[in-house]
Amino acid sequence: MNQLDFPILSLMLAIPTIAAVACLFVSASAARAIALGATLVDLALGILLWATYDVGGAQWQFVEHVDLFGRFAWALGIDGIALMLIMLSVFLMPICILASAAIKDRVQEYMTWFLITEVLMLGVFMAQDIFLFYIFFEAGLIPMYLIIGIWGGANRIYAAYKFFLYTLLGSVLMLIAMLWMVNYAGSTSIPVLLNTDFPAEAQTWLFLAFLASFAVKLPMWPVHTWLPDAHVQAPTAGSVILAGVLLKLGGYGFVRFSLPMFPEASNQLFWLMMGLSLVAIVYTSLVALVQQDMKKLIAYSSVAHMAFVTIGLFAFNRQGIEGGLIVMLSHGLVSGALFLCVGVVYDRMHTREIDRYGGVANNMPAYAVLFMLFTMASIGLPGTSGFVGEFLSMLGAYQAHSLVAFIAATGIILGAAYMLLLYWRIAFGTARTPEAAAMRDLNPREFLFMAPIAAVVLWMGVYPESFMAPMRKDVGILVERIARAAPAGDAQLTAGTPRPAADAHVAPGAAEGHDTPAPTGAEEAH
Amino acid sequence: MYRDLLLVAPELFLTLASLVLLLWAAWGGDKAAKAISWVAVACLAAAAFLIPAETGADAVAFAGLVTSDLFAGFSRVLIYGAAAVALLAAAGWFGRAGDYKAEYPVLVIFSAIGMGLMVTASDLLTLYVGLEMQSLSAYVLASFQRSDARSAEAGLKYFVLGALASGLLLYGISLLYGFTGSTMFGDIATALGSPAEEGIEMGRLFGIVFVLAGLAFKVSAVPFHMWTPDVYEGAPTPVTAFFASAPKVAAMALLVRVAVEAMGPVADAWQQIIIFMALASTILGGVAAIGQRNIKRLLAYSSINNVGFALVGLAAGGQAGASSVLFYMTVYIVMTLGSFLVVLRMRDADGEPVESIASLSGLSRTRPGLAAAMAVFMLSLAGIPPLFGFWPKFVVFEAAVRADLVWLAAVAIATSVISAFYYIKIVKIMYFDESAPAFIKEREPIGAALILAAALAVSPLGYLAIPYLTPLTDAAAASLF
Repeated sequence: MNQLDFPILSLMLAIPTIAAVACLFVSASAARAIALGATLVDLALGILLWATYDVGGAQWQFVEHVDLFGRFAWALGIDGIALMLIMLSVFLMPICILASAAIKDRVQEYMTWFLITEVLMLGVFMAQDIFLFYIFFEAGLIPMYLIIGIWGGANRIYAAYKFFLYTLLGSVLMLIAMLWMVNYAGSTSIPVLLNTDFPAEAQTWLFLAFLASFAVKLPMWPVHTWLPDAHVQAPTAGSVILAGVLLKLGGYGFVRFSLPMFPEASNQLFWLMMGLSLVAIVYTSLVALVQQDMKKLIAYSSVAHMAFVTIGLFAFNRQGIEGGLIVMLSHGLVSGALFLCVGVVYDRMHTREIDRYGGVANNMPAYAVLFMLFTMASIGLPGTSGFVGEFLSMLGAYQAHSLVAFIAATGIILGAAYMLLLYWRIAFGTARTPEAAAMRDLNPREFLFMAPIAAVVLWMGVYPESFMAPMRKDVGILVERIARAAPAGDAQLTAGTPRPAADAHVAPGAAEGHDTPAPTGAEEAH
Repeated sequence: MYRDLLLVAPELFLTLASLVLLLWAAWGGDKAAKAISWVAVACLAAAAFLIPAETGADAVAFAGLVTSDLFAGFSRVLIYGAAAVALLAAAGWFGRAGDYKAEYPVLVIFSAIGMGLMVTASDLLTLYVGLEMQSLSAYVLASFQRSDARSAEAGLKYFVLGALASGLLLYGISLLYGFTGSTMFGDIATALGSPAEEGIEMGRLFGIVFVLAGLAFKVSAVPFHMWTPDVYEGAPTPVTAFFASAPKVAAMALLVRVAVEAMGPVADAWQQIIIFMALASTILGGVAAIGQRNIKRLLAYSSINNVGFALVGLAAGGQAGASSVLFYMTVYIVMTLGSFLVVLRMRDADGEPVESIASLSGLSRTRPGLAAAMAVFMLSLAGIPPLFGFWPKFVVFEAAVRADLVWLAAVAIATSVISAFYYIKIVKIMYFDESAPAFIKEREPIGAALILAAALAVSPLGYLAIPYLTPLTDAAAASLF
């Protein structure tokens, strides 16, 4: 069956499901304990999954298949890309539960919906049947709608509606495209569909239908407007999950469906994707510069960062795709952490207005250090996770078209501008209000949920190989699959001679999958 | 002859049973109403066991007037089930005011007999008799609370507009008879399939249009939907629950059979009519519901909306299309009956029924179980996975995509987002808003059990039923071709 002789993927879905139901029937404090326990068990199972994942082995591992529903199957399985995103999800979930101490109202329901969200997110990454994927993908709307609507801020109802209807409208057209594809290919299995060559003229339509869904989820400009509203109104943990994992569903969709299934259309619509991404990078960075609300600022920065994902993915080469994937992981950690940072001070001051803070570094030194680290990671300082992803992404984009890389680079400068401005206005100088001056530093619980993210951000920045090795073979397969449609590019790069010294950096067992050493030499150079 | 009688055994049995119950009602009076209801439910269950499972030529009775095939059998199971639920729900609702009359279960059974005839009809006259039998019982049921002005108005409105629709239908039948020379579905199909002169062609087309208009009234498809919100609002709530379920299945099954068996060879002629009605129903059923303040009116527009989606399956045509319509109606009646069962529970502190949507505010705090059930039904009606309401929409759209009607599927699914708005509005009112005065808590174990069963059926557990339900609807649809 798999390396572990038990259906670990189903188990990872079953545990939060059972815990979610159990939470409804117990007291508030017991619900917190159950939720924390279930998410920690899932984290442990995730670590087991990563430890036993055979890097460079079969493309699909831990495969499960039960013909449970007649028309479609309970088919689960993961590749390296899914593995990394599953790890991101199970890593962030216990942190979210810990960060929800400020929730005092209807705790049982809150924990239930969070656990259901975890199930659905994991299900999306695990699904190997296209309709099972759709069900998980779409079902995430319900818990997020309720989380924003019940526990959100003042304008939560508007935000909840906007979130729900925007994402629903995007997704329904994808369903029609899926029906057409299944009708054409005669199978609902994602691995089969991945190797089906759809006619080029149909690909454009299919691509656009999928784009409608993934662009809203990612989100891409100009359909990003639900994100700032939803983020601002959602409770802290809701924002973390939204930014950390739900946005990744869009990027995952591009990697899993749009690129390998519609390579010709991806090439044909290259400038559409790049154009929208570049507008997003520049425009939303400028918008972020003038925000007065901390959460809104980070929300707009999310849109800009996710545009690096699309730029990398649609560069059609290994560096770009690996870069896009690392940006997804890095952004999941960093923006989640930034929302937690906002949550920490929000719990003390109950305002997100930047002007009410100032000089936080004086009375909250530990907080200021962690906040600084995440700010730097968001900017993309070398040594943090943000650098690796954005650098690779732009390296890939440069090969595809130098203009793309040129404009994208301005986004990094703007990113540094708005993040440093935010940090300066909050942490440095003197406190603008007496309340801000009186805030206490991180308590142990807050330290407990921020420190692990900081550690992983540094780990990913210093030794990204740990995260790239499991994905390398799958990126290779993807690059091979889309090679026939890759755009020529204007940079006309010539590969240099590979340097043998690079081998020393390759993790054991990953060397086989490393098929284009020449340009990737750069990623290990720093 | 004996074999013919066996094929209509459920109708015969129900006829005898209803006559006996009528006598009991006459002598037993309203005191016996509860007992009669229980016996009526038992009779419906027994009738379901008498449904024959014949196929092909074996299913044809009375020289082609009646075809009791699997399609009719499947539809009858749904009809009897929905009627039984409507009976069970009514006893508790009427009972407290002492206005529960012994005629109620008898009328429901009469209506069920009519619906049985509708779905077995393979002749336009059998069809008409069945339809009228169902409708006449329904008119009385709509005005069942004689002393209530709204109920009386609903009955009158339903009767006048229903009579108009019957007139349209009869006119269409007469035209079809005149231009094809028969009232039997098979003969009409043969005649329609053969080329005809200019004038004859036009006459046939008129016949088809009028018949479809009459039937569209019964399924309440736009533009023949106007009666629905008024009648649903005015009729007593258990009656509304009944109207929204069993007659909808019967009329839809009838429409499918007429379209396929009688008008199959001229599918091009009616397909565009059905497509128009489908899209108009999904759009109007979505847009018009947004402003509603009364939950019953909202559910009326919801039923118009849902009929539109079922018609998408019919527009797709073919066996897959017919199968998808049956599947859609099966899940639809569970969702809609579930919603109405929750509405039946909406009573203020004095035990008076309330119908305003605002009274649901904050229901999740005062009655978490009831709110959760309603949320399940609403999100399921909206077709949001992982609730089972997603799957019938999926099946219908799949049929449309297979029939190369991708544009129709895309437009229809986009309109489903409009209707999603008002369904999630109900969820918002129940979960996000401040609490309104709580509903009175009453012990109604049957109602509670039915709500629970319906909610479980449309929960994600419902997906486990797909491997059992799909072959049934496929076999039922196959018997039409």
